[in-house]
Amino acid sequence: MDLHVTLHGQRHSLELKNPVLTASGTFGYGAEFSAYGNLSSLGGFIVKGLSLEPRQGNRTPRIVETTAGMLNAVGLQNDGAEYFLSKTLPRLPWQHTAVIANIYAASVEEFASLAARLDTDVRISALEVNISCPNVKCGGVLFGQDPDLAAEVTRAVCEHAPHKHVMVKLSPNVTDIKAIARAVEAAGADSISCINTLQGMSIDYRTRRPRLANIIGGLSGPAIKPVALRCVWQVASSVKIPVIGVGGICCCEDILEFIIAGASAVEIGTANFMDPRASFSMVQDLPRLCEECGITSLQELRGSLKLDEV
Amino acid sequence: MKAERCVELTVLDLVPFGQTGSQPLFYALRLSSPDWQQWAPGQFVMVRPFSFGLEIPWARPLGICHLDERHLICFFQVLGRGTRRLAQAKSGDKVLVWGPLGNGFAMEENTPTLLLAGGMGIAPFVGYVHRHPQPWNLTMLFGHRPPLDCYPVDSINERITMDTLRETIPGDLDNLIFSLEERIKDNAEQNGLVLACGPMPFLRTVHGFVVKYKARAQLSLENRMACGVGACLGCVTKVRSNSSKEEGYQQVCTRGPVFWASDLVLE
Repeated sequence: MDLHVTLHGQRHSLELKNPVLTASGTFGYGAEFSAYGNLSSLGGFIVKGLSLEPRQGNRTPRIVETTAGMLNAVGLQNDGAEYFLSKTLPRLPWQHTAVIANIYAASVEEFASLAARLDTDVRISALEVNISCPNVKCGGVLFGQDPDLAAEVTRAVCEHAPHKHVMVKLSPNVTDIKAIARAVEAAGADSISCINTLQGMSIDYRTRRPRLANIIGGLSGPAIKPVALRCVWQVASSVKIPVIGVGGICCCEDILEFIIAGASAVEIGTANFMDPRASFSMVQDLPRLCEECGITSLQELRGSLKLDEV
Repeated sequence: MKAERCVELTVLDLVPFGQTGSQPLFYALRLSSPDWQQWAPGQFVMVRPFSFGLEIPWARPLGICHLDERHLICFFQVLGRGTRRLAQAKSGDKVLVWGPLGNGFAMEENTPTLLLAGGMGIAPFVGYVHRHPQPWNLTMLFGHRPPLDCYPVDSINERITMDTLRETIPGDLDNLIFSLEERIKDNAEQNGLVLACGPMPFLRTVHGFVVKYKARAQLSLENRMACGVGACLGCVTKVRSNSSKEEGYQQVCTRGPVFWASDLVLE
């Protein structure tokens, strides 16, 4: 069965050989997982969040396991855009699969500079704009919680990355995700990925201390899948641009649920930690499951959620 | 054919060590062999029993005690819900295992090598002592709180001189610290090598003496890990780069778990 997906953006479309992407921050720069599967078999991978300058990230402990999930407050530790372009990117199989750069900045101006720096590099297929990181002091989720700010960042990135498909990653930590989605669509976004992590907290009752040095962090894993499904459905119902579903996907059955809710593609996150083969296995298993369910095209499945007439 | 780095293994048996109450807390986990040709003492594996389901997402990092074509043996202590669930494993149960991970300890045949283990930190030294071609160059000091029979000491005792210090009253800790200082000082005077593994307060003490006496030393760190392959950036530790003297975070799983003491900034 043909798993090929086209994300029809309003500025640029993005071709994916299949709908399985790996979520930023859960797959390193790809090379970390090359011993566990064929990177080129993936629909694409979204690299660890990049900033213009290197970032050390937050103090430790940065991660804690929770029931059916985990909290992280890594704080976007990365080597910066220049190091990525000169040292990391040459080693990635960008000729064979989509390498998508997840970008973070503390200001609209910095987003613009970073977008401009990455725009001319043909090895990068698309930019995923992170306006939803809960773990950084400046910017991050603040950009994603206000429709005007979200639109401003989107506009700046689109303007300074005229050659790239621009995907905007939304936060679930908002009152009305539909309003944010419509704002970034109007600002030029080619697609929307949702959701980033949910803000959460873990406490050790014996020491009465938070388990994360950052006190709060972002919740991910199977625990958040129902929230992600709800957000994907709401967003897909309110915009025309493609939606990429993220949040707790652990198996192909989960992927189908997201596509039915309206997603064109999906990102696999925490499941990569539970089994380093997870994303590769899903690429392999998806055609078989589709066949079993009598699904002949993903396009026909997309947004096919059946609702009773009220 | 290239050996698979991530494999589904079968639990052969789970052997409790010592009796520290009604429920044993220390176990040797014996798994079917993953057919990996090479491994180094100090390396570890990520172990995720199928019984974790979706409820317990992370695999648990366990040091490799022994690995050959018959089996893989890891030693663990029940500390939280993951190891508690692991302790309920039955023969025949399936576990997902990926590895061998990390770098392992330096092995210098002719160098007087001092092994310092605190509690569960003894686990990687089981393999180390067995793989060392000249075990007469090894000495070991083992500090522990639960009784000695909770730990896999027999196979180490067979091959090298091991001194043990059990901490039962607060004064015992002073003895341990005193012994650590003496041993590290002696080893430094012989231009030897110190290898240490144990809980963070133990490693901090060792680190202090290593710096004081300019001993050549490696410390093996333990940390919470989600992936074990360098991606999640959760297990990082602060490291000072030798060339630039700049400090930054590095993954314990892929850049370690064994670090030269001179590179470590222990907070």
